[in-house]
Amino acid sequence: MKIHEYQAKEILRSFGVITPQGMACFNADEAVAAAEKMGGDTWVVKAQIYAGGRGKGGGVKIARSLEDVRQLAGAMLNMRLITHQTGPEGQPVHRLFIEEGVPIGKEYYVGMVVDRRQQRVCLMASSEGGMDIEQVAAATPEKIHKIYINPMTGLQADEAQDMAQKIGIPEFCWPQVAALMQALYQAFDATDASLLEINPLALTTSNQVIALDAKMNFDDNALFRHPEITALRDLDEEDPVEVEASKHDLSYIALDGNIGCLVNGAGLAMATMDIIKLYGGNPANFLDVGGGATTEKVTEAFKLMLRNPKLQAILVNIFGGIMKCDVIAQGVVTAAREVKLAVPLVVRLEGTNVDIGKQILADSGLTIISADNMADAAMKVVTAARAHSTGVTNH
Amino acid sequence: MSILIDRNSRVMTQGITGKTGQFHTRMCREYANGQSCFVAGVNPRKPGEDFEGIPVFATVREAKQQTGANVSVIYVPPAFAAAAIDEAVEAELDLVICITEGIPVRDMIRTRFAMQGKRTRLIGPNCPGIITPDEIKIGIMPGYIHKKGRIGVVSRSGTLTYEAVAQLMELGLGQSTCIGIGGDPVNGLKHRDVLQLFNEDDETDAVLMVGEIGGSDEEDCARWVKDNMQKPVVGFIAGVTAPPGKRMGHAGAIISGGKGTALEKLEVMESCGIKITRNPAEMGKLLQSVL
Repeated sequence: MKIHEYQAKEILRSFGVITPQGMACFNADEAVAAAEKMGGDTWVVKAQIYAGGRGKGGGVKIARSLEDVRQLAGAMLNMRLITHQTGPEGQPVHRLFIEEGVPIGKEYYVGMVVDRRQQRVCLMASSEGGMDIEQVAAATPEKIHKIYINPMTGLQADEAQDMAQKIGIPEFCWPQVAALMQALYQAFDATDASLLEINPLALTTSNQVIALDAKMNFDDNALFRHPEITALRDLDEEDPVEVEASKHDLSYIALDGNIGCLVNGAGLAMATMDIIKLYGGNPANFLDVGGGATTEKVTEAFKLMLRNPKLQAILVNIFGGIMKCDVIAQGVVTAAREVKLAVPLVVRLEGTNVDIGKQILADSGLTIISADNMADAAMKVVTAARAHSTGVTNH
Repeated sequence: MSILIDRNSRVMTQGITGKTGQFHTRMCREYANGQSCFVAGVNPRKPGEDFEGIPVFATVREAKQQTGANVSVIYVPPAFAAAAIDEAVEAELDLVICITEGIPVRDMIRTRFAMQGKRTRLIGPNCPGIITPDEIKIGIMPGYIHKKGRIGVVSRSGTLTYEAVAQLMELGLGQSTCIGIGGDPVNGLKHRDVLQLFNEDDETDAVLMVGEIGGSDEEDCARWVKDNMQKPVVGFIAGVTAPPGKRMGHAGAIISGGKGTALEKLEVMESCGIKITRNPAEMGKLLQSVL
């Protein structure tokens, strides 16, 4: 799960990390009031969306007067912010964060992720702050330093101080930066974070170490023990179909093709998308109905796929193990009737009770194209989608 | 031979009193030598009870002492599953198979740290388990789709593994052992560890490895294969069409920072001498072609 910058900063402040003062706002009046209340003569108006790359996309602007604040805030709240992470359609801005301007001396990068190979949290830091860290990693990997943190002892002061030295922090600031890194790790660990990034971490002209930006993601599997973080979820930032899917305990991800896929199991679901592409089609979604799909769940899955106006065909690919093919076949028949399916449906069933399942489909009176294996299913659905889309255009 | 488990393994179920634990313990018991292999259950609140004749103990240690069980399978809910693994590790079992999906990564980091230097091997979490066909099955896979043979199968997913097995069976190729290592980012045995075991197993002739996007396990494995493997290995990676930054069902199936793509994995595997296919319908045929 992701949260906004202002929310991440609030969490980090509670762990002792210093950030500029700032206030979240939902309209231009609130933005001006916030700037006025904070005082000073420079403010930063920041669009609050989950995607990164906001600065380059025009989502971070400096205001030098209250009038500036009003104008920038008004304009930003009406825009669809396009960054390299939002896709070409951009993301509408509903929230702003108004911060006091900070005189920056030098910028650094500090981040934390779970390193899968080392099976520990990795602290990464670099002298190259304020830049796209993936580009730094690609161009000058030697400028990124890493420490793998012992989960039993946490980040030690001497390790953190050593890191501060490596990224070129002036010596008199080492203890301050080390304490900040330790606080970041405490925050990461205590909240079950999966990613934490401070980019940039700034050394101000008055030699204060301050987190200018903050990004935190959390482990979905651990949200059950963090109701305070779950409460921060902003549904405006998520794909409404994916939100709806998660309510039904379905794993759904929208893609840009026109062939819907309904599959049991994540690996098989990905492989199904891959084989559709391989046979010249384009998958419209990833959809894993999981191991215990009921008729209701399958019906919901069909409804989700049918929300996509581009949809031209559906492929159901089920390898029944614990889930029996007759149960899934019954679910498919019921769902197809309930949603009055108007696009071609290809069904491939394999596994437990496959013969009964196929019989149920055949006896249903529905036009269901039956497939014998994955390759057959992919070929049939690609052909059906093509024929259907041509038919639709001709009308 | 086979790897990790055979008819002589003695298994306890942690979480035997839950619905999932009961259902799958029953299914595993009905498979091949299951009747003599599944000997104990663990539930701290229900010691002295039994599940269809299988005695339930308060602790893993006690179950081991009383029944000689050396393997454990875990169906405990996610919030308590890592602690269940810890208990099995402390009791010095040979092997723990954790089926549970949804364990917090933070818990698994601590559990894996505590496992350093310990004798216990871990399969999973978030996995279908392991089967040595016609001898023993420990996990949730359908037993009847398998047959004893000389092909090793290792995969990060469940149903895609069944698909691979079905393709092998269509060509008459049985399996020595099939292992689902799980879809979580922090787990026990990796592709590489399993390939090492298959390499040393004189009843395995060739290996089918099935991977997916996320992490770099498959690449690490491929590099090991290049230098050490004496048997043919073929592979498939799911998720060529997966968009970056999205978690594809499995907690570990995510392309992050441009890393962990299917194409990158396929390239490394190919450059290390592993024959690959991009067509998931041809995993079986590809394996047959290297025999």
